[in-house]
Amino acid sequence: MNTIIHIIRKEFIQIFRNKTMLPIIFLLPIVQLLVLVFAATFEMKNINMVVVDQDLSSESRQLIGKFKGSPFFQIQLNTFSQKEAEEFLKADKADLILNIPSGFERNLLKENSANVQLLINAINGTTAGLTNGYASSVIADYNRDVIIENINLNPPSSQSNVNIEYSFWYNPEMNYKIYMLPGILGILITLIGMFLTALNLVREKEMGTIEQINVSPIKKYQFIVGKLFPFLCIALFELAFGLTIGKVIFNIPMLGSLPLLFLFASVYLLVALGIGLFVSTLSSTQQQVMFVTFFIMIVFIMMSGIFTPTESMPVWAQRANVMNPAAYFMRVIRMILLKGSGFMDIWKSFASLLIYAIIILGLATWKYRKIA
Amino acid sequence: MKLFRSFVKKEFYHIFRDVRTLLILFGLPIALILIFGYVVTSEIKNAKIAILDHSKDEITTEITNKILSSGYFILDENLSTEKQIEEIFKKGEVREVIIFEPGFSANLSKTGQANVQIITDASDANTANLLLNYTRAIIQDYTLSLNKGPNLNIKIIAQTRMLYNEELKGVYMFVPGTMALILLLVSAMMTSISIAREKEMGTMEVMLVSPLKPLQIILGKVTPYFVLSFINAITILILGYFVFGMPIKGSLILLLGESMLFILMALSLGILISTVSPNQQVAMFISMMALMLPTILLSGFIFPIENMPIPLQIISHIMPARWFIVILKNVMLKGTGLLFVWKESLILIGMTLIFITLSVKKFKVRLE
Repeated sequence: MNTIIHIIRKEFIQIFRNKTMLPIIFLLPIVQLLVLVFAATFEMKNINMVVVDQDLSSESRQLIGKFKGSPFFQIQLNTFSQKEAEEFLKADKADLILNIPSGFERNLLKENSANVQLLINAINGTTAGLTNGYASSVIADYNRDVIIENINLNPPSSQSNVNIEYSFWYNPEMNYKIYMLPGILGILITLIGMFLTALNLVREKEMGTIEQINVSPIKKYQFIVGKLFPFLCIALFELAFGLTIGKVIFNIPMLGSLPLLFLFASVYLLVALGIGLFVSTLSSTQQQVMFVTFFIMIVFIMMSGIFTPTESMPVWAQRANVMNPAAYFMRVIRMILLKGSGFMDIWKSFASLLIYAIIILGLATWKYRKIA
Repeated sequence: MKLFRSFVKKEFYHIFRDVRTLLILFGLPIALILIFGYVVTSEIKNAKIAILDHSKDEITTEITNKILSSGYFILDENLSTEKQIEEIFKKGEVREVIIFEPGFSANLSKTGQANVQIITDASDANTANLLLNYTRAIIQDYTLSLNKGPNLNIKIIAQTRMLYNEELKGVYMFVPGTMALILLLVSAMMTSISIAREKEMGTMEVMLVSPLKPLQIILGKVTPYFVLSFINAITILILGYFVFGMPIKGSLILLLGESMLFILMALSLGILISTVSPNQQVAMFISMMALMLPTILLSGFIFPIENMPIPLQIISHIMPARWFIVILKNVMLKGTGLLFVWKESLILIGMTLIFITLSVKKFKVRLE
């Protein structure tokens, strides 16, 4: 036990002595958390649009008025030239063109229906879908007005109507930040913990100082524990710090039990750090460790469901996610914080990660050789 | 020149000897493109929902079937009481609960009105919003089909055309995004680490006292990585083109030229990082921590920049990847020429020059 404490103390001294690394470990993640949380939204606010009104009638003006009144659309240009409108789209100055053909009002009054054309820049499929949705609802709005006018003229026939009520639970204001903060915080502590651990061991190898440890009576498991513990502490400290910031600045809800959250986070970090350690026992240079860990990290992050829903992934990928510790963590940290899930709701993830931790740490200890 | 050539050769030896790193370097773009192409998508598919049907009649069954056959949703559970809603949300699988009031179709035929309630787990606000919109559209569609018969309503029909991407494929977003991410990170990481390594090992001094000029040393370090990154760029373009059908409408030469420019920019950023880092660890952390997340989040790769708060939109201007992504999309998807991307190209050139000037100023040829 004493040996472990000495190793841990040595590691801490080394970490805090390195003045260039300290701001990178402690300051950089916090700054990123503060800035990046705001970026992760699909909410559409300003859809820039161009109107090509070739009818110039009172009906067309009414329709354009509806778009003007909508908070989602900003009319950037009114023009008669289709070409000019398309140039705007090409130059990324607008994402939507509303084409009102001549004869629009005449058709509407004579034949009861008229066409307009929406041209949408669809390079980003998701936002194009939303743009289409918003534009269609503006037009539906206009149609409804016309229908109401009409109903006043001729009394209604038997109409069926389904009223849809909706409510957003756990987040009635639809604040995306409270969802993104735990996720981004999760990435940051994983990055810091995994890389620090992975680089630390291999650095000793590269510098040759590992030889001194190898010839000492330190046991393998003592060495591994001594290498893990300091970085686990740092990562947990940053988690606590990040959550405090989340609470103070973003007012994220903390419905569930914080001890449970930290217990779960510790097990998760054991897995993440264990992977880092395992990779470093297999590598001989910092560069190798760096690229292998980077590769693992980015695959884990992208598949963890932090930015995109995991259910949309193909089944085989969802199965593969069993191997992805970040996927468990992203899900559970959000469940505990935002929905107040208890141990009974998350015990399966907890058990899986625990087994994972034992396996990966076992592998790392087994792979660590006390010979050069 | 001969000296320089043998120096470059030495660098290549260094790289090719480390097979594992080399594998990762070439495997990374392929893996990422495949992950984005086949796995990750921001569309909604198979979201799990629960249904609490108090009336269980013909119409509610029909609506339920419509919803479940849409492809967006799969049924996780049929609930029987309101109390279960909270429980099921806490387990974290179900994202939406649909509640039909008792006597749904009776109400509908008697009064012409019936109520359905949709509760979404909005802890993920982005997804909750999409799910609600889909569900509403399906129910409204169904309601419209109930009201058949002579339609006296005047209406405008909107014909929508999705320009540049008729099928709303995700590939048009992720190929440019991945390319920018990979080229930036890999180039910056490789150069910064390799120069910092020489410093840490003390071999930098050996080179500094050799007849090689500092500029030659830097160029020699960078040349092999330039070649590697360019191969990566081409790999991504080929995969995007042949596997995912990403078109290249504009000039291929312009596209390759812009890629080279971006790689140069990333390499000079790497050099700058290495001049300020005393050892490999610092170089890695700066190029990883400071570049990865900001590049993913602030470049318009996953989240559109125009939705962000104004201060973030301003910050995004200093992300080189942002400009490169605009260039890639313009050239590949819209087929525009240099006329439309000269501004972005100039910005990238400017960034490269700034990074190089700063590195030259910081580069020390003497021991401390």
